[in-house]
Amino acid sequence: MGKRKSPASQDMLQGTLDMLILQTLIPGPAHGHTIAHVIEHASEDVLQVEQGSLYPALHRLADRGWVSSYWGISENNRKAKYYKLTFKGRKQLHAETSRWQQVVEAIGRVLARAQQ
Amino acid sequence: MGLRRFFSRRHEDAELNQELQGHIAHEMDDNIARGMPEEEARRQAYLKLGSPRRIRERVWRANTLSLLESTLQDLRYALRVLWRNPGFSIVSVLCLTVGIGANAAVLSWIEGTLFRPFPLVQHQERMVAMVGTKPGGSGKGEPGLDYTNVSWPDLQDFQKSCTLMDWFIVDRLTGTTLSIGDRAERVAASVVSSNYFDALGVHPILGRAFEPGEDWGRNGHPVTVISYWLWKERFQGDPQILGRKQLLNGVPHTIVGVAPEGFYGTFVGYPIQFWVPVSMQELFNPGGYKLEDRGEQWIEGFARVKPGVTMERAQAEMSAVAKRLEEEYPATNRGRGVKIFPLWKTPFNGASRMGPTLEVALAVVFLVLLIACANVSGLLLVRSLVRRHEITVRLAIGSRRGRLLRQLLTEGLVLSVLAAAGGLALAYMCRNLLVVFFPLSKVVPTMLPGTLDWRVLVLSLAICLISTVMFALVPALQTSKVDIAGALKSDSRTSFGARGKSRLRSALVLLQVALSFILVAGGSLLIKSLQQIRTADPGFSADNVLVTSFDLKSAGYDVPRARSFQDALVDRVQSLPGVASVALVRLPPFSFASYFSAPITVDGYTPPPNEQPTEEYNQVGPGYFSTMEIPIVSGREFTTSDTELTYPAVVVNEQMVAKYWHGQDPVGKRIQVKDKWMQVIGVARNAKYETLAEGPKPFFYVGWRQLGANSPIGTTLVIRTVQPPGTMASALAHEVRALDAALGLSEVITMREYMNRSALAAQEIAVGLLSIFAGIALLLATIGLYAVMSHAVSQSTHEFGLRMALGASPLDVLRLVMSHGLVLATGGVILGVIAALALTRLIAGNLLYKVNPHDPLAFALAFLVMMAASSAACCVPAWRATRIDPVRALRD
Repeated sequence: MGKRKSPASQDMLQGTLDMLILQTLIPGPAHGHTIAHVIEHASEDVLQVEQGSLYPALHRLADRGWVSSYWGISENNRKAKYYKLTFKGRKQLHAETSRWQQVVEAIGRVLARAQQ
Repeated sequence: MGLRRFFSRRHEDAELNQELQGHIAHEMDDNIARGMPEEEARRQAYLKLGSPRRIRERVWRANTLSLLESTLQDLRYALRVLWRNPGFSIVSVLCLTVGIGANAAVLSWIEGTLFRPFPLVQHQERMVAMVGTKPGGSGKGEPGLDYTNVSWPDLQDFQKSCTLMDWFIVDRLTGTTLSIGDRAERVAASVVSSNYFDALGVHPILGRAFEPGEDWGRNGHPVTVISYWLWKERFQGDPQILGRKQLLNGVPHTIVGVAPEGFYGTFVGYPIQFWVPVSMQELFNPGGYKLEDRGEQWIEGFARVKPGVTMERAQAEMSAVAKRLEEEYPATNRGRGVKIFPLWKTPFNGASRMGPTLEVALAVVFLVLLIACANVSGLLLVRSLVRRHEITVRLAIGSRRGRLLRQLLTEGLVLSVLAAAGGLALAYMCRNLLVVFFPLSKVVPTMLPGTLDWRVLVLSLAICLISTVMFALVPALQTSKVDIAGALKSDSRTSFGARGKSRLRSALVLLQVALSFILVAGGSLLIKSLQQIRTADPGFSADNVLVTSFDLKSAGYDVPRARSFQDALVDRVQSLPGVASVALVRLPPFSFASYFSAPITVDGYTPPPNEQPTEEYNQVGPGYFSTMEIPIVSGREFTTSDTELTYPAVVVNEQMVAKYWHGQDPVGKRIQVKDKWMQVIGVARNAKYETLAEGPKPFFYVGWRQLGANSPIGTTLVIRTVQPPGTMASALAHEVRALDAALGLSEVITMREYMNRSALAAQEIAVGLLSIFAGIALLLATIGLYAVMSHAVSQSTHEFGLRMALGASPLDVLRLVMSHGLVLATGGVILGVIAALALTRLIAGNLLYKVNPHDPLAFALAFLVMMAASSAACCVPAWRATRIDPVRALRD
């Protein structure tokens, strides 16, 4: 309800964040704080995850059944909510990644021509 | 997703909160590890995450179905508002309960008696009723066409030749006195074809249905299937019931099956208690053995059209078969046709009687609903004045108008849903009420059940929604149109009865008065019609004539024994004190059974080429005409000297003379009835034979004592006496016991009462229903007018105080208020007269007997009633206005 009404550009960014989160979960379950840090570190701090949108995004992914969650104890010995990639999420990530690759390649080709 | 998440929002929010706290803690751990002091670590963590509250709100909103959310909010608020105004809520809900309940009840009656009248029967929507037709126009039927029954051989041919029908069944109503143990009672029963139960898809819970062979062989299969009720109540649910013999009409029948619970046969009006196969026709349907005679039309029945076949196509095919039969068997079938009807138009059972009445009832209850809605609308408008301040504030602080409108409509919906629940309960309680109005129910168990199935529920729900829109929309629109600036200042005072909102309320009162006027006028027309019927001249003298009958057949009499009993009884009754005359008659006029009919041939009369003249007749004993005071205009009536040994005699009526002898006196002429030549001995004045509404029709009488072996066993006596029925009954009982101590007695009633039972039924139901609803309507309209007037007075206390301070007398004030109210009422009545003039014509055909639908007397009566009610409604507020203390009114 109403969630999908946001403009296309925002949609794409949202989709991208989703993809990054799912990717982060490939090695295994993680909690929100770890996810944020992994994304930042992996992108060598180019991508600053606005931490405020991380949780709504996680919520959305759980809603669609791409991730499941459970409460656990973190490495710091604190209670934390862990997220785990589901089979559906893995499939989604696959689809998203190849689409992303196509888009990037296409954009790259366009830019290469523009530079010539 | 959606709904589950929506309802677990609170829990999820708590979890998220915990999760975010966890996140902050982790971030702080990192920061502290980097060497920050704790306070700074916390600050940085919050800076990075942003406000947890904002995040929670985002997730919360994502989980919100905003429409549902606000609806729940509206609902809670509406319940609170209604709870806090119990007086208003109760009155509104009661008004609507009456309106919705009346509609639900009438809908359930229509469903239960017209549309799906036969519980347990499958595919009733494809079932059709079947009648025979013949040229005519004097009896039952339509202009130019009389409805008759169908003969057994014809039915066989329809069964064989019609490809568009699943099946045909015979279902001929009969009745008998059933004696089980020491208990005797009158019950309804049916003569049915052997395929009856299988065709209907009703399977006996014990034993079997009829077998095909049981259709054949004169009196060959004395077997019966009994109803569940009979089995339970009269045979105590005996599991060994099968094979037991039960005396029916004097002949032992073997019980072969028990019908399932809830199956009452297929006759609207009476619950059928047992079924016998058509081979037993002679025993249950008077007039001899008819199964091999194509000329004997006695069958009432049903057929079922195949899926997807229209009524028109089915009718066309049946007419084609009927046409073929006409050519093959001209002697019996010339001019004969066949016609099918949807169940709710079945001409031969209670459906035809209830149909027009229920149509009118439906229109009436809709008017009642309108009045109830107008009333609640008015109440809501008053409420909106009281709530003006609240509404204004809400609008001023930014509530959207649409949202406000929805809130007000939700309040209306709560009212009407409560009322719908109450209304359905009311309809459930009233589901069997129709029987109460059915006069014959005192004699024979009668059943006209209402059915509250899902169709009725859905329709009631629709009515509930429609009425919500009707009563709540206008006030809601009015209310949300508040002029904020003006209203916030203070209410400006205007003079009595000249306010915008009060104009709307006045319109509503106008509507209520007009609608009630229609109902009251309709009611008085029907009451007048009822009076007309009660005093109508049936062509015989119904006063001082008593009727009683003896079921000799059930008692096992044969013809010779019955004849000697009848002769002895007539002699004994004749000599009783106070008895002027007594006569035997086969069927008294206005009985529910139909007369016999026979093909006739008259010397010198050539029938039209496509017609075999057939007329109805009755069998009467000596002295019948003098007892009934039917004038003999020429010749003589039957006497004791007309016997089997003398030449067969007939008495014809004037209409018959006009048709067959062109008005010339036929006394002494010959007439052939069936295959027997007879001589006309007298001409009787035309009378009414079945209903008061019927036109004059040809009719003749044959002599009881000339019938010989065909002499009737069933006995009905008409007795001319000045004695009241009670006295006569005991004298009669004494005489009967002297002849046969074991014979059961039936009641002794006046001919007038006997007629009323059949002629008045539809009228009385209509009058009963309409008077109840007109009364309710009147009450509602009076309440409406009262509410408007007292509110107007209470709003104008200041003005009245001022007027009185300036010298107006209490009488002036009284006059002002009364005239305002009565102007409203008069306006409503004028509207009502206009509408009623157009609408009463609709009941003229079916329910009004010799009453002009624009009868001035009835309209005048309705006018007086309405004005009296309106004056009463205005009186109290007007009186209250005169009691206003000017000093206090001006100071407040």
